[in-house]
Amino acid sequence: MGTLDRFSVSPGRRRRDRIARSAILGATLIALVPLVLIVYYLLRKGLGSWSTSFFTTDPTGNTFFKNSSIGGIKSAILGTIEIVGLASAMAIPVGIAVAVWLVEYGKESRFAQTVRFGVDVLTGVPSIIFGLFIFIVLVVGTGSTYAAYKGSCALALLMLPVVIRSAEVILRLVPPALRESALALGAPRWRVIFRIILPTALPGLITGVLLAVARAAGETAPLLFTAGYTLKSNFNLGQFMNALPLQIYYDVTSPTTSIEHRAWGAALTLVSMILLLNVLARLIARRSRIG
Amino acid sequence: MEGASLRGGGRSVLERSPLARLPDRALRYGLTALAAAILALIVYFFVRLVGEAAPAFERMGVFGFTFGSEWNVNAEHFGALPLLVGTLITSALALLIGVPVAVAAAIYATELCPVRLRGALTLLVELLAAVPSVVYGLWGIFFLAPKLQPAEQWIAGKLSFIPFIGGGTVTIPNYFITGLVLAIMILPIVSAISREVIATVPTDQKEAALALGATRWEMIRTAVLPFSRAGIVGGAMLGLGRALGETIAVTILIGNAPRLSHHLFEQGYSLAAVIANEFGEATGLHRNALFAAGLVLFVLTLLVNGVARALVLRAASGRNRAGSGEAGARLAETVAGA
Repeated sequence: MGTLDRFSVSPGRRRRDRIARSAILGATLIALVPLVLIVYYLLRKGLGSWSTSFFTTDPTGNTFFKNSSIGGIKSAILGTIEIVGLASAMAIPVGIAVAVWLVEYGKESRFAQTVRFGVDVLTGVPSIIFGLFIFIVLVVGTGSTYAAYKGSCALALLMLPVVIRSAEVILRLVPPALRESALALGAPRWRVIFRIILPTALPGLITGVLLAVARAAGETAPLLFTAGYTLKSNFNLGQFMNALPLQIYYDVTSPTTSIEHRAWGAALTLVSMILLLNVLARLIARRSRIG
Repeated sequence: MEGASLRGGGRSVLERSPLARLPDRALRYGLTALAAAILALIVYFFVRLVGEAAPAFERMGVFGFTFGSEWNVNAEHFGALPLLVGTLITSALALLIGVPVAVAAAIYATELCPVRLRGALTLLVELLAAVPSVVYGLWGIFFLAPKLQPAEQWIAGKLSFIPFIGGGTVTIPNYFITGLVLAIMILPIVSAISREVIATVPTDQKEAALALGATRWEMIRTAVLPFSRAGIVGGAMLGLGRALGETIAVTILIGNAPRLSHHLFEQGYSLAAVIANEFGEATGLHRNALFAAGLVLFVLTLLVNGVARALVLRAASGRNRAGSGEAGARLAETVAGA
């Protein structure tokens, strides 16, 4: 034992080790504090304003009266589903198609690298800039005003890089042997893509897509100057449309106490929807055979 | 020749007829066109944005617009310096507060945490990324800002001798609270990149440090951190890119006052917030000026993101040479998706 003492860690070093480790643990706990606080306040304030009528009535323009007369968030929920649905219908097929091209045709060519660079650029663009782009092209460009489908276009642009990059990662994981055996059996390339590669990658693709949808559902900035804002529920994508993030934003910026309650209730609804998509994405990812 | 026996009507029987080859061609050209269209779209948008911003630059001069210190809508005088300064101050605060915490959480999750807790810890930090910007704004303005105001008041009073902190009147929306909420918002991305970077440190290096008698902390300091520094800096810059472009939470929290505040606890403005706040009512030159602010923001985030990606990807490719290629590839994927 006596000889081993020479190798033992001196008290000073031991103390420093303990201090550093507790500091790291402390900082980690600090990182969790905001999450706890946000979830706690969302539940406390949000659940308080949830009721059946909260989900089944449109918001009214009233701001100065009690809860009963300010209305609920029906049009916001419907609007979010419609706008994000249309955005997904545009971004998902295009995004997966570009990813297929990158993996199956473009590969490491210079052109493919340029496309990847372009997608990276899109990833980094602040979401409000997408709103400006669509405003220039579809509002100024057509000489008309806001409409729900223009909001969808802005969200689709935002989703596109997320879908492309996640799909590319998954498609790369499809074993080359599968592709090569199909080609060796004489299957044409398009059939290999549609019958072998896409089905094999499907669970992973769905995961990436759901995460992109979740991200788009929470965005406010691209909708501000594209989708407009209205109180009434409607199913016409050519008209102004409400959306949950818009409803929350306008409620926050013109606050009276009852309006603040509506904002918390809407926020809890929005976060629940997004979390649901995230959980779904993770469950599907677990079932994937590749990756 | 054997091949000749397989020929019939001028082509090999193994060859597909031109008609059967058609879908293949169509798919190939269709997909290529789509990929090209995306590039064209980006270029088109950029050109149009420059076009819409041009009148403001012509009126004020590129330099005069970007660094002019007065943003006065009524006088049609547009200098973006107060906005630029607000964007930079709040983003710098976000890095200052957020990066140490994010990196510590990443170190804890990869090196110190019991393996059973690792997944849960990672998931909890990533949950922060699922909260929408507008909800951060709502939480910040109705809960965090009022709760922290007494503390801010106390700090501003006690430390009034420090130029940037002291003096001025503490308002509920201010630079500090904006920076703090931005710090929370960039935490998941910085932490995720740092975690992946740290995971690429070769195990033999860490074990070598421990075998030489290093304590856990000494091992982290001598083997883990030097090896991951470039990647972590890259992750922090990706976080910076996020913070610079963050719009709605900032619009709610910064106070939207178009002036150069010299105090941490006063209201200000940011490039993104000015667009969100004023664009709806803007016409004429004012609208052009907002497009110009958007262009400045676009270029700024483009530069920051470019450098960040280069740093992280270089770290990832360095790992491929150092033999931990799988971890390097995962890192590259994380950046691509970020």
